[in-house]
Amino acid sequence: MTRALGPWETFLLAVLVLVYAANAWLSPEFLTLQNQVNLFQLSIEKIIIALVMAFVIINAEIDLSVGSMMGLSACAFAAMVGEAGLPAALACLLCLGIGLAGGVLNGWFVARMGLPSLVVTLSTLIGFRGVARILLEDRSIGRFPDWFNALGQRGLIGPVPLGLLSFVLLFVLLYVVLERGGFGRKTYVIGVSREVAEFAGLNTARHKILIFMASGLVAAYAGLLFAARVGAVRGDVGQGFELDIITMVLLGGVSIFGGSGTLTGVGLAILIVLSLRNGMSLMNVTGHIQTGVVGLLLIASVLVPRLGARLAGRVPA
Amino acid sequence: MTRLSPGALRILALLLVLVLVAAFFATQIDNYLNARLFNRISSSVAIVALIATGQTLVILTRNIDLSLGSVVGFVAYATGAIVSAAPEIHPVLLALAALAIGAGFGLLNGLLVAYAGIPSIITTLAAMAIYRSALVEFSGAQSITTEDLPQWLVDFPNTQLFTLAGVQFRAAFVAAVVIVILVHLALLRLRPARALYAVGSNPEAAEMAGIDARRTVLAAFVAAGALAGLAGLFFLARFGNITVVAGLGFELKSIAAAVLGGVSINGGSGSVIGALIGAVLVDLIENSLVRWELVSEFWREAVLGFLILSAVSADALLMRRLTRLRIRREKAAPAPTPKEATS
Repeated sequence: MTRALGPWETFLLAVLVLVYAANAWLSPEFLTLQNQVNLFQLSIEKIIIALVMAFVIINAEIDLSVGSMMGLSACAFAAMVGEAGLPAALACLLCLGIGLAGGVLNGWFVARMGLPSLVVTLSTLIGFRGVARILLEDRSIGRFPDWFNALGQRGLIGPVPLGLLSFVLLFVLLYVVLERGGFGRKTYVIGVSREVAEFAGLNTARHKILIFMASGLVAAYAGLLFAARVGAVRGDVGQGFELDIITMVLLGGVSIFGGSGTLTGVGLAILIVLSLRNGMSLMNVTGHIQTGVVGLLLIASVLVPRLGARLAGRVPA
Repeated sequence: MTRLSPGALRILALLLVLVLVAAFFATQIDNYLNARLFNRISSSVAIVALIATGQTLVILTRNIDLSLGSVVGFVAYATGAIVSAAPEIHPVLLALAALAIGAGFGLLNGLLVAYAGIPSIITTLAAMAIYRSALVEFSGAQSITTEDLPQWLVDFPNTQLFTLAGVQFRAAFVAAVVIVILVHLALLRLRPARALYAVGSNPEAAEMAGIDARRTVLAAFVAAGALAGLAGLFFLARFGNITVVAGLGFELKSIAAAVLGGVSINGGSGSVIGALIGAVLVDLIENSLVRWELVSEFWREAVLGFLILSAVSADALLMRRLTRLRIRREKAAPAPTPKEATS
């Protein structure tokens, strides 16, 4: 938590500069403002959730249910507005409430019942998705109010749409919370050792539930963004997103065992993954291969520092 | 109190749940409990049970394998390509090829986890994407269709080995169950297999006891890969049409089956028989909800998620109570051991 960039963040920055340079060299389109906005806009839901996922993982938990919560929120919105005829603004609030409730559910089972978050959020991954499917079955629902679609599709401030604006604001907010506030400090401490934090008098259960609530809330918000951006919703919205999101966070240098990692690293990792995918798309590489390249990057990101450390003789054996 | 071990108790409880679920749907659906139900479930369990068995071996060592779905997909395609290029290939050779390709992927995972020290969730998360893109690259986005396959392979899953009281036991299902039982016996009796439990419950203690923890973890991943490879061959035989998304989602399904079957995600406890019953339970519920008229088939996932969560919670509560009872009994007994009370 130093002010300057740590060694990992510096490395990520170097990779990012490299990827940007290569992309700019390969395609003159890459650096245009429109392409830069598109680059964020196409994965905006994932990267917004990734910021909160960093908190979850630093806290030594995991939330696999975010993709399903996103789908549930989008489907609930579509059912409320497209089928039941509720006002869209009210539906948005209700969907955010669903997100909070889902987060409380996850958090309660993890923090109070003491179940592993991997198991709890795996079952809510299936369960939330299930509720989304009950709501929409195999229908696809669109025709939302114009102002709602405009929020997702058009620029709010200049060419910057609401999604990108939310991402930037959320990044700043969470950065301050994690690096400067007591809440962030507690997140690290509990992540290092829940027992120690408990002995130090922290209410770890409440802290964990709050983080899961934030995760559910932001996932629900991302679902609404998706509905607005795409303009139509199906039961499979957000399916499989959790893996991309976790990949970005881990690539950002957050330890899967909790207790370490920075939001700066996660931000850089997000930029790397997005520009890498964008560059490969410009070169007509298919989505599955892109994911494979990101996977290789993830393994390399853990392997290379370890090998380097071993070669430097800092880690015996 | 009970003389049964917690593990045996869990299996019994699971079987009870299985019977209750079947009994419940028998009252809801006409003509429910018949041979067709068994056939339908058994042909899908044949595939999931193999993957769940491999997943259990990995989870026992306190790891996880998220790449198994991609391994199933890749091997299904690869064996399909092999058999359509060389239709005269001996079935045993094909099965060996499936096992070998799967084991190769498992070896890669295992080396990265056990020897390079990359946490399994990171390794296999990445491997899941990498193996999937290997499949896309290898297949050139082409599909395998049933016409490419020799008749014996297509017939294999439906071959009846024997019939018991009108219920057909088909080859793939019987093969899967035999493998699960063999693995179970090995886990009970064989020293190298027992090492999985030792490493999973306490890696440091296992090392001190002379167990090579790294090799044990590597072996678990290789076995899981091989079993997923065989599942891939079964997948090919059952569905015939293999595209680049084959096997998607099996990694989560296998974890669900294992967890439902009482395998502890923290490693060191659980059995492959439990995982098998977990797989049966998942399939029974999926199959039955589709046929239940009261709710639409779209309820299936919601019910499944709820069921896993309640099964795991019930298990945790039960275990906590058992431990408390045991502590109380030990306190009452003449020679209490305070160390055990902390677990």
